[in-house]
Amino acid sequence: MNASSQPLVSIHNVTRTFTRGAENVHVLTGLELAVADGEFLALMGPSGSGKSTLLNLIGGLDRPTAGSLAIGGDRVDQLSDRQLAAWRARHIGFVFQFYNLLPALNAERNVELPLLLTGLNKAERRRHVAAAFEAVGLTHRAKHFPRTLSGGEQQRVGIARAIVTDPTLLLCDEPTGDLDRKSGDEILTLLQSLNRDHGKTIIMVTHDPHASARASRTVYLDKGQLSNTPTA
Amino acid sequence: MKFLPLVWAGLKRKKLRSALTFLSIFIAFLLFAFLGALKQALGGGVSMAGLDRLIVRHKVSLIQTLPQSYKARIQGVAGVAAVCHQTWFGGIYQDPKNFFPNMPVEPEEFCAMFPEFVLSDAEKRAWLNTRTGAVVGRSTAKRFHWKIGDRIALRAPIWGEPIGQSQWEFDVVGIFDGEKKATDTSQMFFRYDYFEEARQRDKGQVGWYTVRISDPDAAAKIATAIDQEFANSPFETKTEAEGAFAQGFAQQIGDIGSIVMAVVGAVFFTILLVAGNTMVQSVRERSEELGVLKAIGFSNRLVLLLVLIESCCIATLGGFSGLGVAWLIIASGNPIPSLLPVFILPTQTLASGAVLAVALGLIAGALPAWQAMRLRIAEALRRGA
Amino acid sequence: MSTLTQSFSVAWYNLRSLPERKAAALTAAVGIAGVVGVLVGVLAIAEGFRRAMTVSGSPDVAVVLRSGSDSEMTSGLERDAIRTIGDAPGVARSAAGPLSSAELFVIINLPKRSTGTDANVPLRGVEQGAFDVRGNIRIEAGRRFATGRNEVIVGSGAARAFAGLDVGKTIKVGQNEWQIVGIFSANGGLAESEIWTDTAVLQPAYHRNNSCQSVYVRLTSAAAFQEFKDALTTDPKLSVKVLRLSDFYEEQSTAVTKFITTIGVFIATLMGLGALFGALNTMYSAVAGRSREIATLRALGFGAGPVVFSVLVESVLLSIAGGGLGAAAAYLLFDGYRASTINWQSFSQVTFAFQVTPLLLGKAIAFATLIGIGGGLFPALRAARQPIASGLRES
Repeated sequence: MNASSQPLVSIHNVTRTFTRGAENVHVLTGLELAVADGEFLALMGPSGSGKSTLLNLIGGLDRPTAGSLAIGGDRVDQLSDRQLAAWRARHIGFVFQFYNLLPALNAERNVELPLLLTGLNKAERRRHVAAAFEAVGLTHRAKHFPRTLSGGEQQRVGIARAIVTDPTLLLCDEPTGDLDRKSGDEILTLLQSLNRDHGKTIIMVTHDPHASARASRTVYLDKGQLSNTPTA
Repeated sequence: MKFLPLVWAGLKRKKLRSALTFLSIFIAFLLFAFLGALKQALGGGVSMAGLDRLIVRHKVSLIQTLPQSYKARIQGVAGVAAVCHQTWFGGIYQDPKNFFPNMPVEPEEFCAMFPEFVLSDAEKRAWLNTRTGAVVGRSTAKRFHWKIGDRIALRAPIWGEPIGQSQWEFDVVGIFDGEKKATDTSQMFFRYDYFEEARQRDKGQVGWYTVRISDPDAAAKIATAIDQEFANSPFETKTEAEGAFAQGFAQQIGDIGSIVMAVVGAVFFTILLVAGNTMVQSVRERSEELGVLKAIGFSNRLVLLLVLIESCCIATLGGFSGLGVAWLIIASGNPIPSLLPVFILPTQTLASGAVLAVALGLIAGALPAWQAMRLRIAEALRRGA
Repeated sequence: MSTLTQSFSVAWYNLRSLPERKAAALTAAVGIAGVVGVLVGVLAIAEGFRRAMTVSGSPDVAVVLRSGSDSEMTSGLERDAIRTIGDAPGVARSAAGPLSSAELFVIINLPKRSTGTDANVPLRGVEQGAFDVRGNIRIEAGRRFATGRNEVIVGSGAARAFAGLDVGKTIKVGQNEWQIVGIFSANGGLAESEIWTDTAVLQPAYHRNNSCQSVYVRLTSAAAFQEFKDALTTDPKLSVKVLRLSDFYEEQSTAVTKFITTIGVFIATLMGLGALFGALNTMYSAVAGRSREIATLRALGFGAGPVVFSVLVESVLLSIAGGGLGAAAAYLLFDGYRASTINWQSFSQVTFAFQVTPLLLGKAIAFATLIGIGGGLFPALRAARQPIASGLRES
């Protein structure tokens, strides 16, 4: 755990504007956010508030219209597409609401995907994959295909894929959105343990208060503005 | 290499679609191979022609005969190394459907002139020792199950019955193979002296001469010299290089080359459409997955490459299988030996087929690959349910 | 709603949504168009060749050759035999004598217009009676050749295919020169590929003295053929074979026609298979892309039968559209296109025109329809059999 005073994620004056037809939609305006290393941050807000957009910006899936984004010291907003891809591969792990596993690959191969971008050989890749499965407690289902796994199991595979490269940051977009209460709780417990026991920094977008209660800090996004208190 | 499972997964995703695309491409290349064989069969004489040989025939047309006495005079022309003659016998074996070319020749000169017909020394000796001896090409021998020692009878509508016998009978003393894959082994050759003695008409006349020249570059000059020798005689000649002669024949069949090309072109264009459309659809359906790959960190270029490789995989699998199966079928036998004496799959067809398969993969995959590369991650991830 | 009404309404709904899937639909249609176009082209060659060979064989014309010969070139008839044939029963007569023509068939080389290289052209010596015997020879330009002169008339097909065959020009054959005095047509038949002259002038040029190769006669009626044939084949002094002209032509064209047709059928089969796979692919995708719609319709109460019907209708209509397009293109491109090739049995060129007949077009459309049915059937069944619940869930 890094006790540095520099925040891991530094978002300064970030604006994101979309052009829909003739209109300009300002999804985010002049956003400021700092996330420390080892935090478990929950990002809440009504639908359409720009939560996913913010997450995409942090993850390098999208570029800000203005402002700066620094993650781990790297100015993400200044990287080219190719540099961004490489940067993402090394620093970010994504967890999606609908798991987004490739249906034609089994769980093991799904988890292996990010490792294909590294220079590791087959044996080393296998070791990392095994470790990831152990961390999420799903070793016995490694050879199964997504269609034979339950929702909760699929999400655990998704998490395993997200951590297999030991990324700097884990970004979760409504990870429990498609799960029932029990499975959702299991996932949140897993995320918590990853944060507390393994020191992973997690930013999670959610609209479920139960989920945000598990985080160490919650911020609220409404009409493109961040605040520490929920909007009325 | 490590990305292969990913490519394979893309193909496995919709197994039926991949299978059908594979089959379409397979059929296209099967057709391509057969048309290549057909083109070779109809016009292959050109490539097999000897570079140092000329054909001397009657100026008016090939069916007119020339005097046998011309042999000595041709031999006397400067640049001529050897001369031998052949005559169209037109013999029929049992049924006109069983057509194959048969010609009387002078054995020693003939074997020296045409080394591409490979006979063992023993067979050559037997031929020289047997007046009624005949040597048959491997493909015709196989067709009628003839062996050395068999006695076969032909009837000859052109020449009528042989003097003193009811039909023309020959003893098979040798079976020759072709020096190259594309050499015609459908012909049968027998002895001119037997023919000359037993025929009732046109004694002393032969069909055409083959001339070996010492300097292939002087072919045109020597050809003119030979024709000069017989100009204004009752039997004027036309001499040309063997290749040109064969070419003339091929062109009498017509522009088979362009017809074949046209068909092939149409077929490929159609297949390209099918394969291309399949790939485009496949990529469009998978935009979410591709978005995930990009989110994980696969670069745009890498994703483009993956789509192209996938497209090429199906194209080359289908293409190579089609070519391979065609090769097997063609190697197993000639379906119409009477019309196509040589039926093989030329190496050139195989090679160009292979290149086309890869090209097909690249072209069909180009648009979808480009689309995949340009896919915006956020949109792709949002597109799905 | 009855099944029939359901079927039509689902089919109609299906077709209306076609514009959304126009890329895939267009691809399928164009693919089939290509296949049909090629098929029509190849079959048109076979039909054109066959027609050139057989259309001129009228049933009351007979041809006599030496027995055992399989073509005019290998036949030979002496003066006595020729006279006997002319006097046989069944032969029509005019004031000048029997309507017969003793003919000689040789081959000369002339350069083809299309390739510039030499090809074998038939040069036929005929007697004046030949025009009445054949019955369909018309002089299109110039005049008939005069007997006893080195004059020739050229068939319209040969004039088109070979260089230098115009009225007034001369052709030099070996030692002899022949002047072209006319161009003739023969109702599209074989004679149009030939050059005609007087038998009496051709014989000495080819050292044939008094013999010919064939005798063509006009019979008093088609029914008189048997009498004519019997009289000649039972005559101990003759050894001949007697054929109706139409049968003779058919015999002479079997090799090439069979060859072209075999190749054509082979190509068509393979292409048809390819098109079938392509169609299946398209239809499966079409169905898969709309499985939620289909499931919804079925959840609403539409039966499985109408669903199958609608998919089939779409597939068949696309195929017919593509087939029609291909057939129309083939007709415009190919019908009447002139070509020539070598007939191995006569060892000389036969000129013919590609024939795109209504029957051919019909066959092509039928072929396309079959592909449409084949390509739509299995996807349709799959669509109908998919459980409604899973279909509703699909994205």
